[in-house]
Amino acid sequence: MIGGRNSLSGPVDPTANAGYGDEHPKRKGFFTDTSICIGCKACEVACKEWNDVPADHFDMTATSYDNSHSLNANQWRHVAFIEQPKRLGSQDPGLRPPEVTDLGMPSVRPTDTAGAVADGAGGTGVGAEGEKPDFRWLMSSDVCKHCTHAACLDVCPTGSLFRTEFGTVVVQDDICNGCGYCVPACPYGVIDRRKGPDGAKNVGIAQKCTLCYDRLGAGQTPACAQSCPTQSIQFGDVDELRERANARVAQLHEAGVMDARLYGNDPHDGVGGTGSIFLLLDEPEVYGFPPDPLVTTADLPHMFRRASAAAATLLVGAALAFVGRRP
Amino acid sequence: MTGPGQHRADGPEQAHPDDERQTTAVIGSAGGRRPRRAGGRRKHGPGIEQVVPDAEFTSYYGRPIVKAAPWEHDIPAYLFSGGLAAGSALVAAGADLTGRPQLRRTSRLGALVALAFSGAALVHDLGKPSRFVNMLRVAKLTSPMSVGTWILTGYAPGAGLAGLAELLDLVPADRRRDGVLGSASRVLSWVDRPAGLWGALFGPPLAAYTAVLLSDTATPSWHESYRELPFVFVGSAAAASAGLGLIGAPVHETGPVRRLAVGGAVLELVAEHRMERSMGITAEPLHEGRAGRLMRAAKVLTAAGAVGAALSGRSRALGVLSGAALMAGSACTRFGVFEAGIESANDPKYTVVPQRERLAREGPRHFPE
Ligand code: SF4
Ligand code: SF4
Ligand code: SF4
Repeated sequence: MIGGRNSLSGPVDPTANAGYGDEHPKRKGFFTDTSICIGCKACEVACKEWNDVPADHFDMTATSYDNSHSLNANQWRHVAFIEQPKRLGSQDPGLRPPEVTDLGMPSVRPTDTAGAVADGAGGTGVGAEGEKPDFRWLMSSDVCKHCTHAACLDVCPTGSLFRTEFGTVVVQDDICNGCGYCVPACPYGVIDRRKGPDGAKNVGIAQKCTLCYDRLGAGQTPACAQSCPTQSIQFGDVDELRERANARVAQLHEAGVMDARLYGNDPHDGVGGTGSIFLLLDEPEVYGFPPDPLVTTADLPHMFRRASAAAATLLVGAALAFVGRRP
Repeated sequence: MTGPGQHRADGPEQAHPDDERQTTAVIGSAGGRRPRRAGGRRKHGPGIEQVVPDAEFTSYYGRPIVKAAPWEHDIPAYLFSGGLAAGSALVAAGADLTGRPQLRRTSRLGALVALAFSGAALVHDLGKPSRFVNMLRVAKLTSPMSVGTWILTGYAPGAGLAGLAELLDLVPADRRRDGVLGSASRVLSWVDRPAGLWGALFGPPLAAYTAVLLSDTATPSWHESYRELPFVFVGSAAAASAGLGLIGAPVHETGPVRRLAVGGAVLELVAEHRMERSMGITAEPLHEGRAGRLMRAAKVLTAAGAVGAALSGRSRALGVLSGAALMAGSACTRFGVFEAGIESANDPKYTVVPQRERLAREGPRHFPE
């Protein structure tokens, strides 16, 4: 609803903003804690299976262990793999005495955290202090952000993209006309027009994560979150997830993992906060996220004024050309 | 295996073995790991200081962050034909009101052809005509495509009827005295002026909205140009339609379009210059590769066309040449801006660097309650 307070930018309840009454359910979303992702891709597979998303390619990117490349019309969850020449903050299987911080990182290699030497694991490549490999994996399962201010939804000319009662953003396949406008509008590069394979359903139609709208309607957890073995993907009410995310990042900072940071949790940010919140261990762009995203329609009133001024200039200019002196 | 995708904006992908730089990065210290920023100064040898656009940035193995519009060349072609249709409706109305029949005919027919071409391009982009109808079920102010569809829908009957009247006028008088053609031409002779004025009313918004269509995206070079792009596009529309008038009308009728040609060309060139200066690093794609060649061609053609138009008061041949140059220049501008945007979306540099620069300058965004 345009004209409402903060309807184009700023903190707002997207469901109420879309015109739902007081009776709607709480806003649903994800907290994806990448610090405990093991890159198993169970989420990618579960999403494909449940939502009948076609496979279209299977090849390595040749830059890392990524074989699904990006979020796109045929990839609604995408696990990014980043190899870094950097020491892991700490990994611990939780098998040692409790004074050692347990970050919940699944691992088979005991490593040193507080200066104590963990050398019981001879042969695993982890020896005494100083011999630890300066190397870490970052893995992160990316998904549609279900933005508070969703550019894809704002610019869609058919009303195919709509805000559900759960505050999520969903494409209606039968209304989408394949104009593709939502594709360049998304500040995260999530939504895409399905290009193929031939014979698949909805080719030419915009496709992305629905936050398993059908499962939500039945009171179930989305397929990806359900299948995640480490609970890196947590599903729930956005209000509650924001708190959980704050607690988790505080816990990691306390444990000395100062790189941990939240992404998308601030309702004052450029998209009004996302429905999918992430905990990252490096800067957003390392994972392929924009560092400072802005919903493009936040500038729309300004664009409208500039275009109106330009249109007026053309009208006046043309009129002047005709009333000017006769040749 | 390479390290995380650290790049220099002006160089190939580089792995960063430098562990320290990574560990200094903490939340909020956006600039901490980028000692040299875009446009920063760096010593080049003793005593020589140069301004170098040395934007260092990180990405996920150089992969794009935002997605490029999945549009083919029918969209920039539509940007051109829409502008031509818009400007021509204005010129036709002016010619009609000031008694310039040849100029009126050229512009009305031009508007009709441009309108038909625009419709065809849009339908081709969507795949089938029925999909266009999906857009007429809603009117959505936040969607420039929806607004534009309605502008075009408002424009079409006016410009269409005026164009048809002009078409019918081409039929020899004795063949349209009675029968269907006879009634049609009688009706059209009544409505052609109001229809033409109606079309002209929708001309300016039709010429301007396409700029918002591009700018209201996350495509860096389109969004960053949103302040000036509408002026570039209306200038371009004026120049193209004036060019068409110069081609089709005799010298004694082209006074107004000569002035419009010069005004439109100057507006386009000045606005384009200002636009590039206001875009920071996202202006780069406008100078490089195919987009760069198109933009350079646009400038030369538009400037030459304007000069030629100004001098064409006595020479029809010069008028025709200048008109063709102006139309070609306008087309080059549309294709150049389009391609630059696609380039900017495909390179994560244009997403990351401006956002990092803004963060370093202003800190995290904070939209108030
Ligand atoms: S992330 Fe992109 S596709 Fe998802 S809701 Fe936001 S704008 Fe739309
Ligand atoms: S492609 Fe479909 S969902 Fe996307 S903007 Fe166009 S009509 Fe809307
Ligand atoms: S919520 Fe459903 S549709 Fe979205 S990524 Fe998870 S499984 Fe796929």
